[in-house]
Amino acid sequence: MEKFTTIQTSAVPLNMEDVDTDQIIPARFLKATTRDGFGDNLFRDWRFNADHSLKEDFVLNNKNYTGKILVVGKNFGCGSSREHAAWAIHDYGFKVVVSSFFADIFRNNALNNGLLPVVVSPAFLQKIFTAIENNNAAVFKIDLENQEIEIVATQEKASFDINPYKKTCLLNGYDDIDYLLSMKDKIQAFEIQH
Amino acid sequence: MATTLFDKIWDAHIVQAIENGPQVIYIDKHFIHEVTTPQAFAGLDSKGIKVFRPQQTVATADHNVPTQNQLEPIKEALSRKQVETLIENCKNHDIELYGLGHPFQGIVHVIGPELGITQPGITIVCGDSHTSTHGAFGAIAFGIGTSEVEQVLATQCILQTKPKKMRINVDGILGKGVTSKDIILYIISKISTSGGTGYFVEYAGSAIRSLSMEARMTICNMSIEMGARGGIIAPDEITFAYLKDKKFSAENFEERVDKWKQLKTDEDAVFDREYHFDAADIEPMITYGTNPAMGIKISDTIPNNDDAGLEKALQYMDFQKGQTLIGKTIDYVFLGSCTNSRMEDLRLFCSLIQGKQKAENVTVWIVPGSKQVEKQAIAEGLDKILKDAGMALREPGCSACLGMNEDKIPAGKYCVSTSNRNFEGRQGQGARTLLASPLMAAAAALTGKITDVRSLM
Repeated sequence: MEKFTTIQTSAVPLNMEDVDTDQIIPARFLKATTRDGFGDNLFRDWRFNADHSLKEDFVLNNKNYTGKILVVGKNFGCGSSREHAAWAIHDYGFKVVVSSFFADIFRNNALNNGLLPVVVSPAFLQKIFTAIENNNAAVFKIDLENQEIEIVATQEKASFDINPYKKTCLLNGYDDIDYLLSMKDKIQAFEIQH
Repeated sequence: MATTLFDKIWDAHIVQAIENGPQVIYIDKHFIHEVTTPQAFAGLDSKGIKVFRPQQTVATADHNVPTQNQLEPIKEALSRKQVETLIENCKNHDIELYGLGHPFQGIVHVIGPELGITQPGITIVCGDSHTSTHGAFGAIAFGIGTSEVEQVLATQCILQTKPKKMRINVDGILGKGVTSKDIILYIISKISTSGGTGYFVEYAGSAIRSLSMEARMTICNMSIEMGARGGIIAPDEITFAYLKDKKFSAENFEERVDKWKQLKTDEDAVFDREYHFDAADIEPMITYGTNPAMGIKISDTIPNNDDAGLEKALQYMDFQKGQTLIGKTIDYVFLGSCTNSRMEDLRLFCSLIQGKQKAENVTVWIVPGSKQVEKQAIAEGLDKILKDAGMALREPGCSACLGMNEDKIPAGKYCVSTSNRNFEGRQGQGARTLLASPLMAAAAALTGKITDVRSLM
């Protein structure tokens, strides 16, 4: 996993609640046997018409919005456990997803792929949406070390929680599997008494 | 200290607790399928490691398989490659594969229980959110992502933060035409699609206890649709009777049962959240929107609220606020999926259609959950009942639940479906899904319209 460092960029707003992973990446694109290229089909049926032309009114197709942060309504990533959803968002170029509330499996999948899920209060989430509405190029700073998100123009800040173990993993680019592999003796000892 | 059933099983599987971090949880059984594993095996291969405990993993092909002419090569190249990759990976890592053509092949959450692999007190994971199904046996079972599949293959462990605990009690007697599918659709409609997020749910109460194992599986299966990581039901005599003669649970059965009998929540155990529902309040349910919480009793009308999500959903479904669904013409009926494709579902469906004809305007797909279900259905003559009604029994797989294999509902068409998700495009691009029970699906198949099944009983 690549290391997560502090980022400062503009953001793309998707002000919708209960966005499920079938919308993030429809099942017909899960046939690949590698992790690459899913970004092309991120939000496929919201981004493209059936004839593959762009749906102009979808936010990802609006050139006014760019940046490495995706800001979304609550309960983002509900439904299917497909990790392809996290791969698609990351592959598209996002490094952070901000919401007031993530579905559990999606949050784990994001963390396992260096995609930082930042949970803020509903009030602060609304402030972020408003900041983008007022200025499409509004810049936000995400500081993982200090667990802080800042609306740069107004210097309004909010802190966010992250499990200290996961924070260490993200800052250093460690994968869970390396930690688990280092535990093999302990696992074998557990199996004997289990 | 008084503890819950969930605590007892979880705590017995902690290999290590990381300070201020997740816990290392030991996984007893791991189910895998073709869609969420190729990248996990590729990860192992790139690190040069072998599967740690291959005998604790069982594989099948279900999501991406055709449900007709299964023994012929899969037509679509990418689907074929994915299934072939699973075969290759299982061979390279000595994993038992119940693939196409095997008498045990089927939907992963159908075959685990019917083979007796799913047992009380164990931990189960699978790269599929409906792994929650197995909780019906008093197991801790939940869906995971592909990185986690790789972790389990490599170490038989996973890193997890312990969820909070919720109990949902349903007491009383179910009314006519009301099934376990209606119970869970009703609960989700009350709790919302995110009300269970962060929790693991125990289902309890007299209405739950009265259910068969297959009916309990339907309830636990849809726990994820309210955001819960999993659902669990304490094992009892109904559980033991189900497992008594199953292939992998029959051995040393009495000894196992003695252990399983300990698995229950202590009387004074405390849950972080608790709900109580009365079974008598539940009617046959149907969904009208684009998430499983957008469901109503069949006699109710679509809500009339100012809500952006509702409006977007109704636009997709081409329904109006305040509208009744009864009498709405439909195009497809799908009986299948890990939610409702077991023998009892097929029997229930056939009990209503026996001696009748399907409506001309409806295409009906009946997809058994496994080869064993298919075989039993034929032995009981259900295939003939279906044929006489103008329908056919297909071959096992996830089929039209997820718009991935050949079985897709065309854009704009309405499908009354016994599956678990009515998300936009879930059953195919532009498809409109109405979730319901096998009985409600049978009623729609006969009339070609959304119908209150009680009017046909």
